Amino acid sequence: MSNADIAPAVAASPQYRAWVQREQRNRLMVRAAQLAIFLAFIVLWEVLPRAQIVNPLFTSYPSAIWPTFIELLKSTPQQASILTHTWSTVAATVIGFTAAILIGTVVAAALWWWETLYKVLDPYLVVANAMPKTAFVPIFYVWLGATLSIYGMSLAISLFVTVLMIYSGFQGIDPNKIKLAQTFGASKAQILAKVVLPGSVPTFIAALKVNAGLSLVGVVVGEFQSANLGLGYLIQYGAQIFKMNIVMTAVTILAIISSLMYLAISWLESAVMRRR
Amino acid sequence: MAQTAVAGTPKVELRSVGLRYFSAEGETEALSNVSLSVASGEFVAVIGPSGCGKSTLLSLISGIVAPTEGTVLIDGRRVSGPSRKIGYMLQQDYLFEWRTILENTVLGAEIQGAPMTKARERATQLLNRYGLGQFVNHLPRQLSGGMRQRVALARTLCTEPDVVLLDEPFSALDSQTRLALGDEITEILRREAKTVILVTHDIGEAVSMAERVLVMSHRPGRIKSNHPVRLTAPGGARLAPFAARNTPEFNSYFNMLWQELEVHVER
Repeated sequence: MSNADIAPAVAASPQYRAWVQREQRNRLMVRAAQLAIFLAFIVLWEVLPRAQIVNPLFTSYPSAIWPTFIELLKSTPQQASILTHTWSTVAATVIGFTAAILIGTVVAAALWWWETLYKVLDPYLVVANAMPKTAFVPIFYVWLGATLSIYGMSLAISLFVTVLMIYSGFQGIDPNKIKLAQTFGASKAQILAKVVLPGSVPTFIAALKVNAGLSLVGVVVGEFQSANLGLGYLIQYGAQIFKMNIVMTAVTILAIISSLMYLAISWLESAVMRRR
Repeated sequence: MAQTAVAGTPKVELRSVGLRYFSAEGETEALSNVSLSVASGEFVAVIGPSGCGKSTLLSLISGIVAPTEGTVLIDGRRVSGPSRKIGYMLQQDYLFEWRTILENTVLGAEIQGAPMTKARERATQLLNRYGLGQFVNHLPRQLSGGMRQRVALARTLCTEPDVVLLDEPFSALDSQTRLALGDEITEILRREAKTVILVTHDIGEAVSMAERVLVMSHRPGRIKSNHPVRLTAPGGARLAPFAARNTPEFNSYFNMLWQELEVHVER
């Protein structure tokens, strides 16, 4: 029966109302604690440097972020606007992220289709995934040039884990569901399209979550080395001229980008899972 | 007996069928020299100790597994792959949780490339008949176990098979639902004059539902014996399985089959 069918028809008992109240209070407590941690962090970050307990040269202040942001909005002949930097990073992340999911799915499907291929490639995939990809930043720069190396880095960091995750999702499909499709005479392509792919939606969501973070890491690390554009470049530049205001402003924007990606994926997850 | 000696081509026939599985540990002989024939419209039960290859037998008939020896025939023609004449109901419903009840029911038609408008009509009809009309747009998780198994039956019958293979279709249900659904499904299959092969380890289920019970031996599975079931029914009608359990003959069949199985358990 659906949950709607068993909704309580009688008036709520006092015990039930008390339970609802307790639940609400609990939810409120959690939210309040989350907000308190955030505020405490901001206050400490502002107060400790001002009181000279930590060196403000190293940390900057939260109150300096907004003026710095306004200042960085202007584009000069030497320096693009911070909006251009942000856009550059976001675009590269979205492209890297999408490419990783698409290529990862195709590769995982190929490994599922040809089991022998998986057996052959398995150790290489595991080792490639375990490699510290940041070691390849200078190599990619030489091979791919300033712009492409950023995408290369983003892909290198997220692709292998995507392949491994999605493939193991494919492996986790109940063999009896596949047997059921076979009893109707399903071809391998039909099994892939009607059983394996739709059955792996939770795996795709999990892969998206992991990938969103990894793609951003790849892009920023790529920008450290090679670009004259992007938040990674801005961080590197700010650190070199010892302007922590610039660094902290760029880092703050990265935090906002991460949060927005998290929100977007959570929204997608609840939209998809409502169907299950 | 008379039931086995039906004139003309049997609906389902196995001729000296054997099946061996291969693995790194070696060879396993699952079935050995199995011969049987089932007439059109007949309801046959196969019982045997667990691991005797009962389910494998159905996989062979359905054509998703090929025998290593012998031949499987449907309507006198050799089976070389899944056939549209066969509907196979597995131990659990295995409904796809991402599809609605209606979408689950038309899965077979969809895979077989049948006209979908007609399939949807037939599926809706079947679901209505099984009392699931108001749930066509629900998701499987919103249904109880008995309802889900009825959807699985509708999914099996939606492709209009002549032969229905039942692989312990009630084993995942609680005992009340099991008896009620057993009656219901038997009624449906008899009315539609399907040829049915039921695999079960439940002797009572076999005797109450089938016209003939085949007993399989321990692995490698062979057909050990063949027992036509005749229960006294008023007016010569076929009894519903639940009523069949109350006939005087039920217990003697039960005890006979019980003894036959027990010998092999104690082996």
